[in-house]
Amino acid sequence: MSYYDFLFVIEVLVGGLLSGVMYSLVAIGFVLIYKTSGVLNFAQGSMVLFAALTFVSLVERGIPFALSLLITFAVMVALGFTIERTVLRPLVNRSPMTLFMATLGLSYIIEGAAQLIWGTQVHGLDLGIDDTPFEVGGILISSFDLLAAAIAAAMVAGLSAFFYWTRIGLAFRAVADDQFAALAVGLRLPRIWGTVWTAAGFVALVAGLLWGARLGVQFSLSLIVLKALPVLVLGGFDPILGAIVGGLIIGASEKLAEVYLGPFVGGGIEGWFAYALALVVLLVRPSGLFGQKTVERV
Amino acid sequence: MAVQALDGTRVPIDWQRLAMPAVLIVVGYGLIPAYASSYLVEAILLPFLALSLAAVGLNLLTGYCGQLSLGSSAFMAVGAFAAYNFNLRIDGLPLPATMILAGISAAGIGVVFGLPSLRLRGFYLAVSTLAAQFFVQWALTKFGWFSNYNPSGVISAPHLIVAGFPLDGATGRYLLSVTTVIVLTAVVWRLVNSATGRNFIAVRDNETAARVIGVPVLRTKLLAFAISSFIIGVAGVLWAFTYLRTVEPAGFNLDRSFQILFIIIIGGLASMRGAFLGAAFIVVFPLLLSRIGAFAFGDLFDSGVLDMSQRIVLGALIIIFLIAEPSGLSALFDRLKRRIG
Amino acid sequence: MIGASLGAAAYERASEISAILAVANPVDDRRLARLSSRPDVVLALSGIGISFGGVKALSDVDLEVEVGEIRAVIGPNGAGKSSLINIISGLYHADRGRIAIDGQSFSQVPASRLARLGVARTFQNLALFGGLSVRNNIACGRVHTRRASFVEHIAGLPRARSEDAGIAEKTDQIVAFLHLESVADRLVATLPYGLQKRVELARALVAEPKLLLLDEPMAGMTATEKAEMAGFVRAARDRHGVTIILIEHDIGVVMGLSDRVAVLDYGRKIADGTPAEVRADPAVIRAYIGTAEGENGEDIR
Ligand SMILES: Nc1ncnc2c1ncn2[C@@H]1O[C@H](COP(=O)(O)OP(=O)(O)OP(=O)(O)O)[C@@H](O)[C@H]1O
Ligand SMILES: [Mg+2]
Repeated sequence: MSYYDFLFVIEVLVGGLLSGVMYSLVAIGFVLIYKTSGVLNFAQGSMVLFAALTFVSLVERGIPFALSLLITFAVMVALGFTIERTVLRPLVNRSPMTLFMATLGLSYIIEGAAQLIWGTQVHGLDLGIDDTPFEVGGILISSFDLLAAAIAAAMVAGLSAFFYWTRIGLAFRAVADDQFAALAVGLRLPRIWGTVWTAAGFVALVAGLLWGARLGVQFSLSLIVLKALPVLVLGGFDPILGAIVGGLIIGASEKLAEVYLGPFVGGGIEGWFAYALALVVLLVRPSGLFGQKTVERV
Repeated sequence: MAVQALDGTRVPIDWQRLAMPAVLIVVGYGLIPAYASSYLVEAILLPFLALSLAAVGLNLLTGYCGQLSLGSSAFMAVGAFAAYNFNLRIDGLPLPATMILAGISAAGIGVVFGLPSLRLRGFYLAVSTLAAQFFVQWALTKFGWFSNYNPSGVISAPHLIVAGFPLDGATGRYLLSVTTVIVLTAVVWRLVNSATGRNFIAVRDNETAARVIGVPVLRTKLLAFAISSFIIGVAGVLWAFTYLRTVEPAGFNLDRSFQILFIIIIGGLASMRGAFLGAAFIVVFPLLLSRIGAFAFGDLFDSGVLDMSQRIVLGALIIIFLIAEPSGLSALFDRLKRRIG
Repeated sequence: MIGASLGAAAYERASEISAILAVANPVDDRRLARLSSRPDVVLALSGIGISFGGVKALSDVDLEVEVGEIRAVIGPNGAGKSSLINIISGLYHADRGRIAIDGQSFSQVPASRLARLGVARTFQNLALFGGLSVRNNIACGRVHTRRASFVEHIAGLPRARSEDAGIAEKTDQIVAFLHLESVADRLVATLPYGLQKRVELARALVAEPKLLLLDEPMAGMTATEKAEMAGFVRAARDRHGVTIILIEHDIGVVMGLSDRVAVLDYGRKIADGTPAEVRADPAVIRAYIGTAEGENGEDIR
């Protein structure tokens, strides 16, 4: 392998890692909800779409950037609490599969509503980030990707800090650990769930802005949920760390596979490669790379 | 009068139980072929039958055996494309044989993607079925051989003949479809009421207990995948050959898989009748909604709005059913019958 | 109290053996071999240990169970009783130690072969098939005897039919034995808790096991229900000759029903013997009965 080939590999790898961070961003929205309520929220993707679409439509109507951001956030909070009230609370104590299917229905509602309200056309979203690639030691790096990664990293750090050092974060962890015990010591589950859906809405907003700026704000934005699923599975559903490392691994290997494997099979493998990878990992480690091995209690 | 029951004892015929199938046969083979308009057949009955069969297949796997699958339409695609190729490449292969071979192909692929179910449960398994969804769609698009090198991957239904009778007309396709659905539904009916069917339910309700009492859990799951995929594969053949007549891989997308899942949720998980009620609902509902929408909102209700409101209502119905009536239309139907009868 | 005196004799033998072997430890295998080669020992555990994370659920537990006895295992919450049964049934895998079932020795019991090894069990938390009728739940208990394939079932071929008939007959017998006739065709999930527990016993009994593991079969029952259940357990042993391991918190029931009692505390076996011996054991009183002084305590004396 020549020096330039080597550089090329590194460049692909870095590009992959950076887009992996973006996957992690969506996956973290999942983890938050999954950790506290055991729900695998398929509607996370449509929440991303909804947030981005709302924001961009507000901006297009001449509302200032910051205000639009604020309004969108308020909308996401309202959405989170509404979901908790109308969907989760009546389904409490039902099987995880039922809850999952309910979020599938939810994703249909949110997608439909977002497009019914704001229309189906593609919106460009300009966050004012300069996207000229710059060079580091002979490899090209997209400055947008880098910034996106930085924002994602900051969010992860913030969330972790929140989880570990604040009272409500502690309550979250208690709930994640044992819902019944948490209930017994007087933690108010509905409020915690409402809050956690709000947090997930916030994550969706950030992810929506970054992904929207990259791909344009359109229906396909809700499909990133399909990218986040294998990330989650790979990392194990629980730990935040898993979502991040899972995202990085999927991002990097997907790009590498696209470049080095794609040509042999006619390309287009990014649609399923992440799933195949996740499956292989699962077959070796059924609870994912970072999931704890547990013995089912009987 | 009496008949030989399964366990060898003689039991009196239960006329009430036979009434329903009798009515269905009179309607299905007598009234509909004679009087139904071709619009009714082409736009409602044919998709209804194909989707019902797919739902029967998925219900076996998800409703009875408890294995969530998000990749049903991939198995429909395998069935459709396999049937196309068997028909194309084996001269003089009778249509029923083609359909069976297509079902077997789908069953084979189903087992491959079901293998992870031996180690994975719940969501992890759903990921494997999603892998099937994306992989199959990709492979059918990427490799021209499957569509006989049609530039856009489209396949067209061959000439449909069974035992010398051409079935290409609307009525003919309807008869082919309804017969296939009746035969396979009867088979599945026998299956779910047999010891094998009870194994499925045991695995669904308590896998650990099932294993301990000696249910061959792994074999049972793979069997559920195989039979379910077989049936969904044949449903794919009906979808492609009797309903749409020309299909492309993109037609078997994730939305279609969700549609089939929604059919069994709305119709009722683990209910044979539910698959049909749910399919009827899914086929008729958009037609109704567009009429109602056009009536209420006039021109404002264009196809885009229809599409979106359809999504919203469907999603809401899913949630409402899961909350209020987890056993779906099938249970509602029962309650109605009790109220009347 | 023939059972009890038999049990006492066995207990003496067992303590002799373990006294001899205590010197020769840690040769679990040889100890196990000697124990399990005795035809009257259905089950022998030796040196069983298991931990979850930091929790030692069981450490170095030995236990042998003789043909036809009702062997109680008692201990405070979290003592490791369920873990013990789960190890015997292959649902948990012991970190160390060996298990001999009917002369066959395992380090991990294959759960999927458990029924064919002649072991059936019930669960502490109900583990029924909620979507099946009572009768079908019970019939599932004989699934390990089935040979017919799904094709034979769909087509209704002779083998499938004769299996169905045979199992239906056995199911009817058990339904009658446990007085479940009036609810036999109801969905099991619609039954009250006490009856569900009984259905679970029925599902285990219909397998005609040599060894029956009962994890708190009477938990959460009323006094009448408990007495009824105790009667069934005793009848199962007396009429069908089943050997039984019984986990139960109600000391009164245990003392009345069992031939020998093993006491677990913090994952260790602290006593083993006839109800009378165990009752008198100071360690037991300290660890277990002492905490339950009152109604149960009076029952004992
Ligand atoms: N699958 C498991 N995973 C983690 N810890 C477990 C598991 N099973 C048991 N334990 C732990 O092992 C210890 C013994 O548990 P076990 O269920 O065997 O107790 P027990 O004697 O049956 O108690 P109880 O009377 O409450 O049923 C407990 O500390 C329990 O938390
Ligand atoms: Mg226990």
